[in-house]
Amino acid sequence: MKLKSLLVGVGLLAGASFVQAEEPLKVGFVYVGPVGDLGWSYEHDMGRKGLEEYFGDKVKTTYVENVPEGADAERVITQLAKAGNDLIFTTSFGFMNPTVKVAKRFPKVKFEHATGYKLSKNLGTYVLRTYEGRYISGVTAGMMTKTNTIGYIGSFPIPEVIRDINAAYMGAKSVNPDVKMKIVWANTWYDPGKETDAANALMDQGVDVMLQHTDSPAPLIAAEKRGLRAIGQASDQSKFAPNAHIFSVRDNWTPYYIKQVQAVMDGTWKPKDFWGGFQDDMLTLASINPNLPKDVRAKIDATLASIKSGEFKPFTGPIKDNKGNIAVPANHSLTDKELAQVNWYVEGITDEIPH
Amino acid sequence: MDSDLIIQILFAAVKTGTPLLFIALGEVICEKSGVLNLGQEGMMLMGAVVGFLAAYSTGSAGLGVLAAMIMGCVMSLIFAVLVLHIGANQVATGLALTIFGTGLSAFIGSGVVGQTIQGFQPIAIPLLSDIPFLGRILFSHDILVYSSFIMTFALIFIVNKTRIGLTLKAVGENPHAANAIGIKVLRVRYLAVMFGGIMAGISGAYMSLVYTPMWVENMTAGRGWIALALVVFASWRVGRIMLGAYLFGLASIMHLVLQGLGWSISPNLLAMLPYVATVIVMVIISADKFKEKLLAPRSLGKSFDPRQMA
Repeated sequence: MKLKSLLVGVGLLAGASFVQAEEPLKVGFVYVGPVGDLGWSYEHDMGRKGLEEYFGDKVKTTYVENVPEGADAERVITQLAKAGNDLIFTTSFGFMNPTVKVAKRFPKVKFEHATGYKLSKNLGTYVLRTYEGRYISGVTAGMMTKTNTIGYIGSFPIPEVIRDINAAYMGAKSVNPDVKMKIVWANTWYDPGKETDAANALMDQGVDVMLQHTDSPAPLIAAEKRGLRAIGQASDQSKFAPNAHIFSVRDNWTPYYIKQVQAVMDGTWKPKDFWGGFQDDMLTLASINPNLPKDVRAKIDATLASIKSGEFKPFTGPIKDNKGNIAVPANHSLTDKELAQVNWYVEGITDEIPH
Repeated sequence: MDSDLIIQILFAAVKTGTPLLFIALGEVICEKSGVLNLGQEGMMLMGAVVGFLAAYSTGSAGLGVLAAMIMGCVMSLIFAVLVLHIGANQVATGLALTIFGTGLSAFIGSGVVGQTIQGFQPIAIPLLSDIPFLGRILFSHDILVYSSFIMTFALIFIVNKTRIGLTLKAVGENPHAANAIGIKVLRVRYLAVMFGGIMAGISGAYMSLVYTPMWVENMTAGRGWIALALVVFASWRVGRIMLGAYLFGLASIMHLVLQGLGWSISPNLLAMLPYVATVIVMVIISADKFKEKLLAPRSLGKSFDPRQMA
């Protein structure tokens, strides 16, 4: 009996490895930044590595980094499609139109575009619910601030970033009615020098807890130098600022990449518009600093639990915009489609959105 | 706006302008000799990563700067051999140097991503830092900022008042004439290119040791290219490079500070100003009758072979 099952097992293994060796699924990735940015592209590459670890010989991945958005992207995506990739992930908002074009020319190849909104027969999209992390960041910043002024370094005024600013402010306001938020737009996703300047400009103006939607850890280092606090973005940035670092909202793409590759292997892949957050483990709070006050830590854990269980959704009405109009009616939670179009600030943010 | 904030803004403008000042001073000397080196960004990145590695492993920021200077010099020598000896196209070789430096710096720096160091600390200069207003803006920086002051004034003197300056300009204006009167054109150009590399190395070290004391890939974020624009903006005058660097710094700081204050004028407009100024100067330069006044070296970008006659 034992021997028989062993033999069957060996046979299965041999059979399986034969199939694997014959045809690995080829998966391509296109990154907008360097994989060493320790932020956005770095985490996508961690997702790619997670894929290789999970599937072993059954997948073969390639990536192209530092791809400028625009005509170059189209050339790179075309090359990946021509090279026989079965599934291609393009991971920046600006890759949207090039991906749509290439997808049309290669109907047999499957495409997935991160942070976009255009779907087709062989093109799906996927987005992170980063606003969930921002809400918790806001709650934390609102409790931690002594000057009642928190700061936010924005990258570009697109819906994703504006949505997250709103979430952060609503979070802060929910625990601290007097809190003010200063917003500075750096007009870049990645420029450590400029991010440092932005952080210093905010701290010069009384900000003592800082949030950012740019990708380098520079603002954390600036906060560390001045003995103030900051929250990390995209990847675990604790080692850059051991004292200043409160936690990092970490992007975790691995579960999604595994799920989609499995779907292609099973022949069940369909183009979808997928939004993943804490519930899907696609967001995590990394390296929560042990030096936080106990009540703050408890509030972080409670907020995280209520978002994770689906019991609490940050964009649930009634919410007014900062011009006094009802932006979200009572008892309504914004749908993903509505979330994708947020172009207003919530009540209490006195700035105007730059054009 | 209170005076404290103005002081903070101007202090930050000097700091932001300093890496630009270093690298643009190097490039202007290089260009004055008639050589256009578009490899600034690559040399700067190599300086940043090697400076950081050296400072991280020895614990001495000073050794970091020294290593960055040597690295910048080595990078510029690669360039010099290709364009001065072999006669390769300066524009293409410079671009290649930038691509090479960007890739190589990412490769050799991968082991120290996420490490932090102490870097240089600010030193207030006694007496000078007590001057009201100016003291806090100019004399409470780190040692590299003070070095950039000294370097600027030394170069203004050398370029305008000494034989070395005359030789440099002669080589950049008319290498054949310079050759005819016995100046070793290639030797002068080699030295000018190396000086440019050393300054780019310091500029990179300033980024990774003082400005944002860390190493992450591509951290100079295009400052090498801004330096090239700055040289044109300054119309190849050393003194104006300093002015221009601080102006660029001020514009980028104002853009951030005013947003924090909630001013309603478009911050994007402010961010654009230095570039608009550069474009205007470029337009003026391309008009012939101003060319003489603007000092663009006449042989800029052209290779020189001493065996050929003009």
